[in-house]
Amino acid sequence: MLEVEGLRSRYGRIEVLHGIDLSVASGEIVTVVGANGAGKTTLLRCLSGVQPVSGGSVTFRGENFVSVPAWKRLGHGLAQSPEGRQIFTNLTVEENLRLGAFLYADDRVEKDMGDAFAMFPILKEKRNLAAGGLSGGQQQMLAIARALMGRPACLLLDEPSMGLAPIIVAQIFDVVRGLRDLAITVLLVEQNAFGALRVADRGYVLETGRVTMSGAAEELIADPRIREAYLGI
Amino acid sequence: MTTKRATLLILAAIVIVSPFFFPSNYYYRVGSLIFVNALAVTGIVILTGYAGQVSLGHAGFAGIGGYACALAPVHLGLHPGLAALFGAALSGGVAWLVGRPILRLRGYYLAVASLGLGILVAMVLANEAWLTRGPDGIEVPDLGLNDALEAIGIDIRNTQFWYFFSGLVMVVGAWIALNLHDSPTGRALRALHGSEIAARVVGIDVARLKLRAFVISAVYASLAGSLLALQNKFITPDVAGFMHSIEMVTMAVLGGAGSVLGAFLGAAILTTLPQVLTVFQEYEQILLGLVMMLVMIFMREGLLPSLARRVRGREK
Repeated sequence: MLEVEGLRSRYGRIEVLHGIDLSVASGEIVTVVGANGAGKTTLLRCLSGVQPVSGGSVTFRGENFVSVPAWKRLGHGLAQSPEGRQIFTNLTVEENLRLGAFLYADDRVEKDMGDAFAMFPILKEKRNLAAGGLSGGQQQMLAIARALMGRPACLLLDEPSMGLAPIIVAQIFDVVRGLRDLAITVLLVEQNAFGALRVADRGYVLETGRVTMSGAAEELIADPRIREAYLGI
Repeated sequence: MTTKRATLLILAAIVIVSPFFFPSNYYYRVGSLIFVNALAVTGIVILTGYAGQVSLGHAGFAGIGGYACALAPVHLGLHPGLAALFGAALSGGVAWLVGRPILRLRGYYLAVASLGLGILVAMVLANEAWLTRGPDGIEVPDLGLNDALEAIGIDIRNTQFWYFFSGLVMVVGAWIALNLHDSPTGRALRALHGSEIAARVVGIDVARLKLRAFVISAVYASLAGSLLALQNKFITPDVAGFMHSIEMVTMAVLGGAGSVLGAFLGAAILTTLPQVLTVFQEYEQILLGLVMMLVMIFMREGLLPSLARRVRGREK
């Protein structure tokens, strides 16, 4: 579904991605793990189109995506829950969800909203409150729910566990696991390598802008180098 | 009751009830000025309050609207009412041309570009005397609506007619702005105000939407300029001046940039303040500056939202 070949990107004169190769097949949950500053977020920003690409290619469902502007990508089926959650804090929870369905004006919007509320009952309870008043975990749920309102075929998730209490992190990873049942392909970028690899089918390890390892998630979890560097075991 | 209906009811009530307390005709004149200013500031609410963009040259559009009413009837043979619409279309067109390249960029570029545009319009109006008759101003033909009312037996004094007519236009302007607030477009504007990246990711064409808000607000300012010119039957380049642009932004920020009712409140206070404080005549601008600073220090969201919050806080 998503193929990335030789992807390069730079901030000014400093190149931070030095040729990334990566692919996500339809229905898969794939994770990219790595330490702070490895380039994980930059990679996702390139995929969602808010970061310029300086080399290589991004192909989504057979289409060259490099020159497609960010706001058109959701229309092609690629949604993102961006870094730091980026919910609209001054708008209500319901307005946030409606904005997720900005591209659509049909009856399915109400049905999708019902599904979102069924998935995250706490959001229904707080639907008329400003989203900025939600707790971190609730904001993350809202960010995911909002992305789902866009009816994506593929969802990019940027550090959904960031800054959350362990019990909430477990809930969030359960939600990610549940996306498989909704037939949504997921690319999950995570610093929490253990949690991410446990829900994913395959994984890539990113180090200073290069993929240094890749393979089936359970193999990566078992790999002694990974265990030492990222799992702290 | 929704905020929308409450706001419209309050505004309509103010327009209708206030005249019962007017001791003299002069108050109709002040009221009408307030409504005209509130109309322009409602445009600023859409641009700044909803979309988070700042324009420092909106008086330029008021100038275009005002001078359209003076010049189009003479040179193009348009009815003054049509001339106002012509001015609005022209303002919208100019806003589109200037905003299109600028609003692709993030940040303060619009403020700087619109500042230049406003100054440019004011300069042209003051210097191209062969067309505009320069800094002394130019007379504006009568709209003729008052005579038309008289013909069907409604006898109303000129100042009173303009009071109610400006009030009507202001309420219609507020109604449109409030509808926009809750429409998908309005939601998207408020969203990009919060986070442009997240807005783009949910499929919003941020540049185009900001441009739309800029054009709409330019049309508001232009119509306000036209109303002012038509009721004064005279207009000078001052209407397009930098001070007038600043006044508009100040009114919006003072009342509460995100609120239509706040726009009215800001316009009402800053229109009447100079009339009330005539003792301070020479210090008027100093006083305006002081008011601005105090509001920013103590009520950053503007008068109305801050007061509303305080009242709600007390109820709890």
